[in-house]
Amino acid sequence: MNAVSKTVRLQAQSPWRRVAVEFMSSPTAVIGLLVLLIIVLIAVLAPWIVVQNPYDLMQLNVLDARLAPGSANMDTGYTYWLGTDGQGRDLVSAIMYGLRISLWVGIGSALIAAVIGTLLGLVSAYVGGWLDALLMRLVDLLLSFPVILMALMILAWLGKGVGNVMLTLILLEWAYYARTARGQALTESRREYVDAARGQGIGPWRIVVGHILPNCLPPLIVIGALQIARAITLEATLSFLGLGVPVTEPSLGLLIANGFQYMLSNEYWISLFPGLALLITIVAINLVGDRLRDVLNPRLQR
Amino acid sequence: MIGWTVRRLTQSMLVILLMTLVVFIGLNAIGNPMDILVGEDLNQAERLQAIAHLGLDKPLWQQYLLFLQGAIHGNLGQSFVYHEDAMRLILQRLPATFELAFSALFLAVVIGVPLGMFAGTYPDHPLSRLMMASSIVGFSLPAFWVALMMIMLFSIKLGWLPASGRGATRELLGVQWSWLTLDGLQHLLLPALNLALFKISLVLRLTRAGVREVLPQEFVKFARAKGLSPMRVMCMHVMRNTMIPVVTVLAMELGSTIAYAVVTESIFSWPGAGKLILDSINTLDRPVVVAYLMVVVVIFVVLNLIVDGLYYLLDPRVRVEASR
Repeated sequence: MNAVSKTVRLQAQSPWRRVAVEFMSSPTAVIGLLVLLIIVLIAVLAPWIVVQNPYDLMQLNVLDARLAPGSANMDTGYTYWLGTDGQGRDLVSAIMYGLRISLWVGIGSALIAAVIGTLLGLVSAYVGGWLDALLMRLVDLLLSFPVILMALMILAWLGKGVGNVMLTLILLEWAYYARTARGQALTESRREYVDAARGQGIGPWRIVVGHILPNCLPPLIVIGALQIARAITLEATLSFLGLGVPVTEPSLGLLIANGFQYMLSNEYWISLFPGLALLITIVAINLVGDRLRDVLNPRLQR
Repeated sequence: MIGWTVRRLTQSMLVILLMTLVVFIGLNAIGNPMDILVGEDLNQAERLQAIAHLGLDKPLWQQYLLFLQGAIHGNLGQSFVYHEDAMRLILQRLPATFELAFSALFLAVVIGVPLGMFAGTYPDHPLSRLMMASSIVGFSLPAFWVALMMIMLFSIKLGWLPASGRGATRELLGVQWSWLTLDGLQHLLLPALNLALFKISLVLRLTRAGVREVLPQEFVKFARAKGLSPMRVMCMHVMRNTMIPVVTVLAMELGSTIAYAVVTESIFSWPGAGKLILDSINTLDRPVVVAYLMVVVVIFVVLNLIVDGLYYLLDPRVRVEASR
């Protein structure tokens, strides 16, 4: 144990430690990370900190519908800090629950797509031949059409719903990971350490998973961060268009859509605040993603 | 050149063929194509007649060939809702979408290029930093939300610009256009600006990167040393060399602009193909959905072909690679 920590110190720093230190050297990225952590915390803890469950119709009072920010609840007297929506939902609670859906859909689909895409990319690189050609043509085809078009196409066949939105995101996103993982794996497989592992008689799967995959991770992590932001935007857009979540359980996109009809009568808050929450989330993720790209990109390393 | 053209054309045809296959499988995999193509409000005799008429009693591969034959002739069935030829319905709405998309690209160039040139020339100027920071926000902003905020600010609070519809139109070449009338232009501005936001950020960053790459080069120094005015150096020498990536990226972005017009059109009630497809998805008007997808796929493939062709003509390196 002592010897191990000594070698670590001798090598100055472990690579992940170096990444962490470099990441922290950018104040904007640190702020982005902090904001993101707070948002995730809010989303996870939402059921315990909200004043009402926005998806439980029994707890909603239609008489409280469309109250301006700062109004008081008729019965219990607590303040609707951000106002209420058309069904009398407290917007603070609705936004917290909306964040849950956004993050769940965004992170969930990005993770599943990452696993599938990375695996297919590695297989493609390792097996080669017609399988490689077929998979990569499929990736080219998927990536050459805009995401929203493909999403409309898939949702037109599958029907509406959160599950289908996630499935759509996975069907679209795996291609990014597959292309990157394949490219990275092809470069890595020519390195000496792979030859050394082969020389030791290690089986092909252990080489791929144990030796090549860890070295493919940095670019995949960057893509993952940016894909989460894209997935959240796309979910919000599709829900806004009425193709995502059900009306009784609005996500941020649907809250904004519902607020649209009241905007003409100057009741701006129903659309404004969920949109701000969405914007802050996406900007935070993008700031973190941008910094990760700078830190993890070997070409930019001094 | 001929060999390259033939190869690219074949590839494009293959992509279109593949997409017809995907759409056809989608049509058959989910639900009974009978319900999708004919509708449910028919009696038994009519149903059998329709099945025979549409060839649904034939084996699948023959059905696919029939579908393909229909697609080639532009016959993809009747809309359930409008009781019109689905393809014609799409083609009627397409000019409005094109108008919106091209206006957005125009705005992206007119706003993005000058800003990008400034940010590239003075990278440390506070305004440039502000531009770069706001371009990150521009990439992050959910377009549909910005659209609502624009409507709220410019239409409801300030009352400057109308929030929905195309306004007055005038006919040119047999098609109605909004940009030919003042009222139409007013209606066009907000949706076009909304659709352009992302592209403005993109063009700004591309131009800035290009200018920063070109400025330190020898020929710029030489032009300056010749005593040319800074304005002339920027416009003639720097801009020309930064515009190639901007133009090609924008050409490729046209396709995605048309696709994203779905969102903008539905918010601003712009009567284009995007709004039609969204309504059709919601009313399960599948023939229209199929027709839209096929039309957009063809537009896309043709656009890619044009961009590749431009590259081939403009960039000698591609030509060398292709002739190998």
